[in-house]
Amino acid sequence: MASQDFSRPDPEELLRRIQAQDEQEARGRLKIFLGYAPRVGKSLRMFDEGRRRLKRGQDVVIGAIQSKGSEELRELIGQFEIIPPVKVDGVETMDIDAVVRRAPQVCLVDELARDNPPGSRHAHRWLDVEELRERGVNVVGAVNLQHISEQQPVVERITGKRALNSVPESFVHSADEIVIVDVPAEELRQHKGGISSLTPEQLSELREAALLLAAQVVERQLQHYMDLHGIVQSWGTQERILVCVTTQKTARTMLESGARAAARFHGQLLAVSVRTAELSRADEEALRHNLDYARKLDADVHLLEGSDAVGEIIRFAREQRITQLFIGHTRQAAWKFWKSSAVDRLIEAAEGMDVRIFPPAPQAV
Amino acid sequence: MSPSEAVKSRGRLKIFLGYAAGVGKTYQMLQEASALRRQGVDVVIGYFEPHGRLETIAQTEGLETVPRRTFSYRGASFEDMDTAAVIARHPRIAVVDEFAHTNVPGAERAKRWEDVEAIRDAGIDVYTSLNIQHIESLNDQVWQVTGIRVRETVPDWVVQDATEVVMVDVTPRALLHRLERGVVYAPEKALQALENFFTESNLSALRELALRQTAHQLEERRDELLSPVPVRKSHSGRKEHILLWLTPDPAAAMLIRRGRRVADFLNSTCAAVLVARDAGLSDLSPEDRATADRHLNFCRNLRIDTQLITGSNAAKAVTEWARAHQVTQIFVTRHAKGIHNLVQLARDMQVTIVSERVRSG
Repeated sequence: MASQDFSRPDPEELLRRIQAQDEQEARGRLKIFLGYAPRVGKSLRMFDEGRRRLKRGQDVVIGAIQSKGSEELRELIGQFEIIPPVKVDGVETMDIDAVVRRAPQVCLVDELARDNPPGSRHAHRWLDVEELRERGVNVVGAVNLQHISEQQPVVERITGKRALNSVPESFVHSADEIVIVDVPAEELRQHKGGISSLTPEQLSELREAALLLAAQVVERQLQHYMDLHGIVQSWGTQERILVCVTTQKTARTMLESGARAAARFHGQLLAVSVRTAELSRADEEALRHNLDYARKLDADVHLLEGSDAVGEIIRFAREQRITQLFIGHTRQAAWKFWKSSAVDRLIEAAEGMDVRIFPPAPQAV
Repeated sequence: MSPSEAVKSRGRLKIFLGYAAGVGKTYQMLQEASALRRQGVDVVIGYFEPHGRLETIAQTEGLETVPRRTFSYRGASFEDMDTAAVIARHPRIAVVDEFAHTNVPGAERAKRWEDVEAIRDAGIDVYTSLNIQHIESLNDQVWQVTGIRVRETVPDWVVQDATEVVMVDVTPRALLHRLERGVVYAPEKALQALENFFTESNLSALRELALRQTAHQLEERRDELLSPVPVRKSHSGRKEHILLWLTPDPAAAMLIRRGRRVADFLNSTCAAVLVARDAGLSDLSPEDRATADRHLNFCRNLRIDTQLITGSNAAKAVTEWARAHQVTQIFVTRHAKGIHNLVQLARDMQVTIVSERVRSG
């Protein structure tokens, strides 16, 4: 990712974004109810929202439903006008043109990840939704974690199973709003029944993954909103850790600590190296080694150049909304010239971030 | 009674976590309570704050409510939960709204969460509601985001001790609509709330914090289930110990909250030291002594062990104490005198300079 992606937008850029936003307004809005496992009740929540909108006088119709469902669900569905599906190859699928002609305020679409029968206009239901939005229809839909393609490896690792159909995660990120349907795993097992194949631990892990996905979507929306309004964020809701990598061996310890902290906080790990001058061959090799290690730990690695390393690091850290900056001591104690030491200058300049200073060599036990 | 029996008989705690007033925490909590009641479970309302919200009030139908107790204070009378009566009634589950509430003066305990602890100690399960901004270690972040310094807080360990945390989620947009329709507050109050606290960016940020907190809580809980005795080791197999260097600087409160949070996330122990020339803190001014006392108390509330050490060179005293106690990381505020000294002296361990969180824009 290029570093300028995060920099403060200039006025023209801001204007362009506002225009893009205006165009966006003409597009139908999308709201997604996200469940972490089958039967958490995401569809119920979605139709319940539809019912409340109906009560408030909004024009709500159903574009697509899944046949199976509880009695409670069927009763809810009975309150709505359903746009009759079309049959393609003997299989029912959403009638996009009919929905657009009917022009409701809101169209409810269940099971966003469903595939359409062969010969349909679009292969997948989520593409139908994209067309509906293009044509100005607001959609409220529901999907489960196991049906989001980028989450499927995670779900498979947890449950050992992989769903066949899916929506891309970018589709979820494109939603204007996302709501997580959160139910404790124990209750799901006790009261709803039918999913005893998953253990409480598995359900807990799925739940965590869904919560974190929702947090990510919210974070991106928040960032978009802030950019749009020219607000520069000086705080982080997500921990972003930047490790300053040099030729020193201690970089490995720093990167490991950074990776661990990023994992524990569900944050991001970045690594940066500033080239201020030519390096000897040995130093070049040591630096390459450290940067390779950073990549191995999934750090987002950035190489900067400039005569003022401290200045470059601080500028970059601010751009990237860093919350924790990891730096290493230099080999020699900086007693005599501590006022000008890079470590002290970094501490002074890194206002607004936590600065963690690491020992020069691997820590003695 | 053995410790394991004590754990078994202690009431469970379920927290309905939200990110703002009006997201529907109490509504969902009461809805669940009613459903359980219909199934024949002995559920009662220990305390409920109606806020004039009709849809929520409707959810209390069919639920028994333990009458409130009246407390008089300086000639006025206040109503609050009658904790003793809830315990005497001994239901299987007690619904106790507003976990972070501060009790009226004269009540047996200062905080409602302490009442909840007492109810759980009596073997009663508790359902309660809480907003993310009331979690102590997030206090500075919440202030940065919203500009509001939340006064009523709950220590993190109390929340971590919950058996279950469930996130009550609505989108900020839906919440703002509710506010405009007057569902949450009376119209004139709503307008004020909209301007100050209920902005889309504030709400989104708080919501993200709540989602992450709930996710973290699940992870912690799984770790506990897998290893009931916490194994707190770093990747190198070494146990991590965080030490907070307290100074009379008011900003040390941020240091304490941040240190507690990082220690919790890294599964590390957390202790705090204050250095003075003598045990009587005679080298500090009366104001500084009062600030230092507040910090020490605050640490104890957050279950951070505190230690007063004496020495004339503070940085040296802290470093030596840290070395003697296998500390791996020292936390210090940016303003501590002798910070550069510490950074050089403690070169064999990690030193974290905690940012002073400021508000912008």
